[in-house]
Amino acid sequence: MSDVETIAIACRGLRKQYGPVVAVDGLDLTVRRGECFGLLGPNGAGKTTTIEILEGLTRPDAGSVEILAKNWNGNGNELRQRIGISLQETRLNDKLTVYETLRLFRSFYRDGKEPDALLDTLALLDKRDARIARLSGGQRQRLAVACALIGNPEILFLDEPTTGLDPQSRLQLWEEIRQFRGNGGSILLTTHYMDEAERLCDRIAIVDHGRLIALGSPAELIASLRAANIIEFQSDPMLPEATLRMLPEVHDVLTRGPNWALTVESLVTAVPRLLLACEEEGSRLVHLSTHRATLEDVFVALTGRELRDA
Amino acid sequence: MPERYSPLWELTVARTKEFVRQPEALFWVFGFPLLLALALGFAFRERSPERVPVGIAEGAEARRIAAILETSPALQPRIHSEQTAAEALRHGTISLFIRPLEGGVMYVYDPTRPDARSARMEVDDLLQRAAGRGDPLQRREEHVTERGSRYIDFLIPGLLGLNLMGTGMWGVGFSIVTARTQKLLKRLVATPMRKSDYLLSQILSRLVFLVLEVIALVGFGWLVFDVAVRGSLLLLGIVCLLGAMTFSGLGILVASRAETIEAVSGIMNLVMMPMWLLSGVFFSADRFPDWTQPFIRALPLTALNDALRAVMNDGLPITTMTMELAILTIWALASFGAALLIFRWK
Repeated sequence: MSDVETIAIACRGLRKQYGPVVAVDGLDLTVRRGECFGLLGPNGAGKTTTIEILEGLTRPDAGSVEILAKNWNGNGNELRQRIGISLQETRLNDKLTVYETLRLFRSFYRDGKEPDALLDTLALLDKRDARIARLSGGQRQRLAVACALIGNPEILFLDEPTTGLDPQSRLQLWEEIRQFRGNGGSILLTTHYMDEAERLCDRIAIVDHGRLIALGSPAELIASLRAANIIEFQSDPMLPEATLRMLPEVHDVLTRGPNWALTVESLVTAVPRLLLACEEEGSRLVHLSTHRATLEDVFVALTGRELRDA
Repeated sequence: MPERYSPLWELTVARTKEFVRQPEALFWVFGFPLLLALALGFAFRERSPERVPVGIAEGAEARRIAAILETSPALQPRIHSEQTAAEALRHGTISLFIRPLEGGVMYVYDPTRPDARSARMEVDDLLQRAAGRGDPLQRREEHVTERGSRYIDFLIPGLLGLNLMGTGMWGVGFSIVTARTQKLLKRLVATPMRKSDYLLSQILSRLVFLVLEVIALVGFGWLVFDVAVRGSLLLLGIVCLLGAMTFSGLGILVASRAETIEAVSGIMNLVMMPMWLLSGVFFSADRFPDWTQPFIRALPLTALNDALRAVMNDGLPITTMTMELAILTIWALASFGAALLIFRWK
């Protein structure tokens, strides 16, 4: 198959600077058709700038963008008919009802869904005639996604779609995104929730300071740690890093807040060794926990910082 | 059969609904101008030839003089004490004080006051005639009271113009800047919506209210103050339509780059304030010096007010107001065109 048929979004050498701040620093990305692609990174990593450049809303200082094998110059109208967008913070018109808003957005597209049918699939039908001012955060976000879906897009761009939502609303929204992908749509979403990226995305680009620092499927990224589990512990006095690195099975030693975080292959062999080491050093164990490695650990391993406070 | 959607229509409907659902906006469009017309109309209402209060010094002659003056429809004589006369004159509770003298009469009044001067002449005339003076010339009078020449007749078209300016600019400007601060504009340009459709819908939805606004104000003037439209109603409609479009266009231009409500309010006042003062809303623009007239005539509100008065007060046909209509059209096209060029969507 040619690129035209397989590539939804491609950008090369993307760069954008705001005053002295380099928001995007030479980014290359390729999103295949039919995949859900996540841009994962802490706040301020340049995710929103990147997605808005790809959406044709912001002009890059340098680099090229191709959406559905077309660039934004001169193809804006056609591309807008074929993509759906949900911005990070849009306040739709509070005075209009859910149905009126969706109907308005529907009118901008040549083809599209019937507003009522879409409201039904998004479980918003009972709010059809409610003013937007009266909707909950989750309902507003679902309506924002509805506005992105109303024109039957081939690509869906979602900027932080679940930020600030309660768990139930998040699950609901994830389900809708999966459905869209199940029907052959391509998705580019940004998030700073690693669980969202892990559960929803086929592939993930981890970005930090406007640069790509890792790319792959969630499984591949986690496998890059070369160990499936993390042991976090604190002891008094703290064991020296050199001692920990000497332990068999330990692939990496990182600090995480006041704790040490050890990346290990097998808990069954690593934990008894650690307890033994504490005993030998005369150190008292204050805290110990283990978990299976996640994208969060990948981020920490790559940057030395945690995603949520980076 | 799938439904057909027209973006321009849907945008206009949405904007109209948004507006109707803001009670405060409705007040500023309908309530405020009516209250203003009511207040000004009563303050400056035509005083049907009012009786001028005159004071007569207490004394033996007072009653006789009062009886003579009572026969005049222009005078309201009352017997007044000497002590408080000066104060009453100063406060205007009487315009003239009459002090009977031995074999004559003295008038105390302020000659710079027109009502005092006319009262003096009227009183003197009556007293001289009562004392036996004859009038050698025969007199006939014809009274002319023409509708359309009162202050309220002048005021209502001016308020209509003022209202078309205010609601056009505030209505459109606020809506656009609010949408910009909420990033709604950015969301809209992320769709295939045509930008000109959005801006046109602002103007079109204004026209919906225009009809109601004009009917309310003109109807109010007619019912409460008997202000008639002497010219053609169709022409009045055309002038209002053009005026509303001009000021909506200007509203879009003023809002085209502002990023906060405060900023747009400032620019809005800067643009409107000179027209409040100069464009002949409350008094004729002719009162300003000759050298300012070309500038004042070129202001859209002056053109609109002149055209409105020509239709409402003078009943003139469209051919007499081509200059005013041309000025309005130029403002409308220029501001809409400029707005489209410099408009900030994000």
